[in-house]
Amino acid sequence: MHEMSLALGILGLLEEAARREKAARVKAVWLELGALSAAEPQAIAFCFEAVTRGTVAEGARLTIEAIPGRAWCLPCMESTVIARRGDPCPHCGGYQLHLADGTQMRVREMEIESQRAPDVH
Amino acid sequence: MTHETESESPARAGTASEPGPTPRWHQHADGSWHGHEHSGAVRPHSHDEDAHEHASESHHHGAVSTRGGFGRDSGLVTGQGAAGERQSVGDRRVRIERDVLAHNDAIAARNRGLLERGSSLALNLVSSPGAGKTSLLCRTIQCIAGTFPVVVIEGDQQTSLDADRIRATGVPALQINTGKGCHLDAAMVERALAQLDPPGQALVMIENVGNLVCPAAFDLGEDAKVVVLSVTEGDDKPLKYPDMFAAAQLMLVNKIDLQPYCDFDPARALEFARRINPGIDVLWVSARDGTGLDAWLAWIEARRRAKQARRSVGDAGQGQGELRPPLVERMPLRPSPD
Repeated sequence: MHEMSLALGILGLLEEAARREKAARVKAVWLELGALSAAEPQAIAFCFEAVTRGTVAEGARLTIEAIPGRAWCLPCMESTVIARRGDPCPHCGGYQLHLADGTQMRVREMEIESQRAPDVH
Repeated sequence: MTHETESESPARAGTASEPGPTPRWHQHADGSWHGHEHSGAVRPHSHDEDAHEHASESHHHGAVSTRGGFGRDSGLVTGQGAAGERQSVGDRRVRIERDVLAHNDAIAARNRGLLERGSSLALNLVSSPGAGKTSLLCRTIQCIAGTFPVVVIEGDQQTSLDADRIRATGVPALQINTGKGCHLDAAMVERALAQLDPPGQALVMIENVGNLVCPAAFDLGEDAKVVVLSVTEGDDKPLKYPDMFAAAQLMLVNKIDLQPYCDFDPARALEFARRINPGIDVLWVSARDGTGLDAWLAWIEARRRAKQARRSVGDAGQGQGELRPPLVERMPLRPSPD
């Protein structure tokens, strides 16, 4: 269940950014998750809810955007979409594929509720 | 408009009988997933695909939605996200654009720098439990027989049994117990390196938690992941656990002495491993009878030499003159006290 560690990683990035932005609350988060990454979206979602309890991101809506796996087929000299590691090139049936996209696990953006400016004077 | 049948999220199945609204997971026709809460009975309902908003007032979205469709050739994500959430005054969007594992990777980079300065080679041994990592390590250490320094970092959920076995061979070993954790991370290895304080030009062997899934994602600062596959596990493991075989630079097929007694086809194992990772090196060994250990030691030695040469070139490149004897000074090993 390494998704718990990944969810903690997401929370760390949110807390850091929220501090920097002086946010009162993180309301929404957009996560890019490659189809060939080492994470299961539903497990990430479950862990995210668990680890954000009692934090600045509690109750934040998590939107997980699936990035398709993409590989360069050496014999075809062409970019192709693959659903899983170990799948063949859909054109030539070969496995000489060089992964080009779809392995990322990336926090893209968040929506925050700004803190009221403190009365300085 | 599309209709879908709702189903419990596997993760939520155990809480279905609890009172109150229950998040329900379902999949849209475009392959995106989301959960939302229902106050009443579950029934098929409609979604407006474009606006990604629910037509009915009887329920609202829960905290999580996913878009884009996993495991299929989905159209790209719209980026629209946050389904129907209204922005109120003072809300704003902030771009982050950082890897989920950014924190781990930063520590891994520190570990790598530390090892680089010491011209030490670090190998991260990964496998399922029982593939023979510890036996292989013990045998490897016996073969090296003090010709260069070896230190070992052992990861297990519990006990110091493995570190005890390593120490019995005469090299320093540190046991990390991960408790409920399923993998080592870079911070654990950073602390272990600080404690072990390996000498220059050492071989640092990191035996990860026996788990063919989770350790694949975590960079520890190693030079290479080495995946150990034993013939008793079957030749189809590379296809069943592709992330690990994709992350590894070397596959050591262990217990090769048992091959006559198993339905393990070496050609199939090789083919499957190369399907996942066309560049992976493959060696056939037996920690028990010593088969193939020369090739394994030669693989290690080639990487040790390459690393030391790189360090020497790096020194020369920095204008520090001729090849120096192996490093004397090292960066402070202890993390700052805070």
